[in-house]
Amino acid sequence: MSSIREEGKDQIIFVTKEDHATPSSAELVEEDPNDPYEERGLILPSGEINWNCPCLGGMASGPCGTDFKDAFSCFHYSKEEVKGSECLEQFRAMQECMQRYPELYPQEDDKVSETDKTSQDSASAEISGANSTSPTVQDSNTTQPNTEGSVES
Amino acid sequence: MLKCRNVWKKLAPLARASSTVCRQNVRRAGLPNGRIPARVPVAHMSTGPTGGGGENHLYVLLVGAACLGGGIYAYQTIKGDQQRYQDRINEISSRSQKAATEEPTTPIQSEPPAVPEPETQAAPSPEEPSPPVPDVELAAAPSETAEPPPGVDSTPASLKVPSHTPYLLIGGGTASFAAARSIRARDPGAKVLIVTDEPDLPYMRPPLSKELWFSDDPSVTETLRFKQWNGKERSIYFQPASFYINPEELDSAENGGVAVLTGKKVVQMDVRGNKVKLDDETEISYDKCLIATGGVPRNLQVIERAGEEVTQKTTLFRKIDDFKSLDKVTRNIKSITIIGGGFLGSELACALGRRSHESDLEVIQMYPEKGNMGKVLPEYLSNWTTEKVKREGVKVITEALVKSVTCKDDKLEIQLKDGRLVKTDHIVAAVGLEPNVDLAKSAGLEVDSDFGGYRVNAELQARSNIWVAGDAACFYDIRLGRRRVEHHDHAVVSGRLAGENMTGANKPYWHQSMFWSDLGPDVGYEAIGIVDSSLPTVGVFAKATAKDTPKAATEQSGTGIRSESETEDTATSPVASSTPAPAMEQHKDDYGKGVIFYLRDKVVVGIILWNVFNRMPIARKIIKDGEEHADLNEVAKLFNIHED
Repeated sequence: MSSIREEGKDQIIFVTKEDHATPSSAELVEEDPNDPYEERGLILPSGEINWNCPCLGGMASGPCGTDFKDAFSCFHYSKEEVKGSECLEQFRAMQECMQRYPELYPQEDDKVSETDKTSQDSASAEISGANSTSPTVQDSNTTQPNTEGSVES
Repeated sequence: MLKCRNVWKKLAPLARASSTVCRQNVRRAGLPNGRIPARVPVAHMSTGPTGGGGENHLYVLLVGAACLGGGIYAYQTIKGDQQRYQDRINEISSRSQKAATEEPTTPIQSEPPAVPEPETQAAPSPEEPSPPVPDVELAAAPSETAEPPPGVDSTPASLKVPSHTPYLLIGGGTASFAAARSIRARDPGAKVLIVTDEPDLPYMRPPLSKELWFSDDPSVTETLRFKQWNGKERSIYFQPASFYINPEELDSAENGGVAVLTGKKVVQMDVRGNKVKLDDETEISYDKCLIATGGVPRNLQVIERAGEEVTQKTTLFRKIDDFKSLDKVTRNIKSITIIGGGFLGSELACALGRRSHESDLEVIQMYPEKGNMGKVLPEYLSNWTTEKVKREGVKVITEALVKSVTCKDDKLEIQLKDGRLVKTDHIVAAVGLEPNVDLAKSAGLEVDSDFGGYRVNAELQARSNIWVAGDAACFYDIRLGRRRVEHHDHAVVSGRLAGENMTGANKPYWHQSMFWSDLGPDVGYEAIGIVDSSLPTVGVFAKATAKDTPKAATEQSGTGIRSESETEDTATSPVASSTPAPAMEQHKDDYGKGVIFYLRDKVVVGIILWNVFNRMPIARKIIKDGEEHADLNEVAKLFNIHED
């Protein structure tokens, strides 16, 4: 049983695990998928890429931002069977640019695979549909002592 | 250049004056003839073909001569200026060849083309083709005494500041950086100039009072690197120096970029002319401007008035330099006192308290409230937190109002209003932040009298082309009303929003920012919305289970609960304030983890997640909905506090 205590204007409730086992009766307002004010995930409802998504970190805004945008856009709009197979040129240009800034885009093997992973993650994010909530979750959650977890590029 | 403009300006009224004089003469000539003034304009025209034709010719001649004279004078002045400029340049280049190794000294400010340091100016000047004279003036004027660029570079600092930038961000902190990133993401090839009076590139502040103090690395004051909660290490700088481009390259950068001008302060703003003036007289014009000037730590009046001996032993903590000097100081003293019981004060107290375990540093924290975070946490939680802080090794003095501070025998003596005396070696004053609104006067921007800071609308706009973000912005939150927030995530969120709006988004403040605090290893919480202890609160905590505490045995049998509810019966009937007796009871309750709701008119306006993590989106949703919930325990269920 939960215990309730009042201390002036403050109410304190202690609850056990069992107390909270039953589903909540609290009602939440339904989300409007087209709300223009909402923070968007990687893919906007219109199908375009949200370059300002915190999940991208500094990729779209750094010195190699233009190359990154070209490569990723090409991949995003690619209609080939192997998605992005015609974008090798753009990805190569992006890779070249990133090699010029090793401090910003660390070139160690695991880091390189991390960059690939990011693009793959983003790719899978869009494949799984317009679930804009998951990248948004990533935004505010990975904070903790570190601000937006995606602050580093 | 400006001279000829002035000359022309002077000539114009002259010309006008001469023409009016002529017209008046004509009129006067006309009047004696009995013509009424009303018909003069007509008469003026009709003087042409009929009588008075001579006067008309005279008028034309006079005006023409005046114009011609003015034109000749202006032409000669310009030519002279260009000649002088050319002479100067020649002189400089010849001088630079001789004095290549000359020490950079303060440039000799002379007549219009200022003579800058020969060695640094030699490079850019020959590159310049004969540009219009005004530009050169602006470029030559910045007398940059070789400000070493922060971080990596050893090359001499760039002197040529762009005279125009599409995006100007005043202030080089978190909000500014977030805006820069947002602008670059949305406007391809955008050119962004950040002007900051600090010597450092944009960095994040929270680790300065938390993680950096917990680092085992002795060189942490130099590297400024810390370990994140996920184990990975990173620097407090948002990006290394290679991310940015030099201000002088901003104009010519093909894909744009972000340039940071350090060590320069914007002192004046001309809103109608869309330009700002720096402390070295340089002017920079802009298309869109963001003011993200943050704030300056407040100080206690008693300390300010106490004299230099005291102020020298007092630290106001905000910047990297403050961290470095405080770290140094704490290694050499025996006792330190932190005045202030809010976020910064408590975090520093805990950080230093931890350090006191290794050294024999005495750490004292004093504040006027009854407990740590007294203005944020409800009393029971504030008391619980205070106990935790004490356990970190801090001597906490509550309800302490400082009456005076004096320096005796190289030690500081703090006299409290209730008579207590505290002797210490150094003071850290963490008593709030004064938002920096220096530009309000020259820019004609409104300052909020309730919260301080620049008053902006829901889209963070102060006036056309001017936005404000971060600590300095007093904005309208559609959900929670007008407020000013001094937290890191707000700086990021508002900076990002300002950047979006500067590139045409027109979005209001909607995504609610959050904040967090860690007080030692056991207490960590995240919060969102309005978290003010004066509001009524409802706290839902996970009850300790069999695994947790020894006293659980009594609870399982139910005796503990019954006795609690009994004491509750008696305690609540006298109602109102919590007396010391229930306070003792509280200590048995372990507020290990839970959720606290802050209510305003029965609507949840703020939520604290107490030792419960990764649930912020739910909290955000509840605040966004702004609904009245009958039973907050049901709402608390959504957070699943019993799980990890």
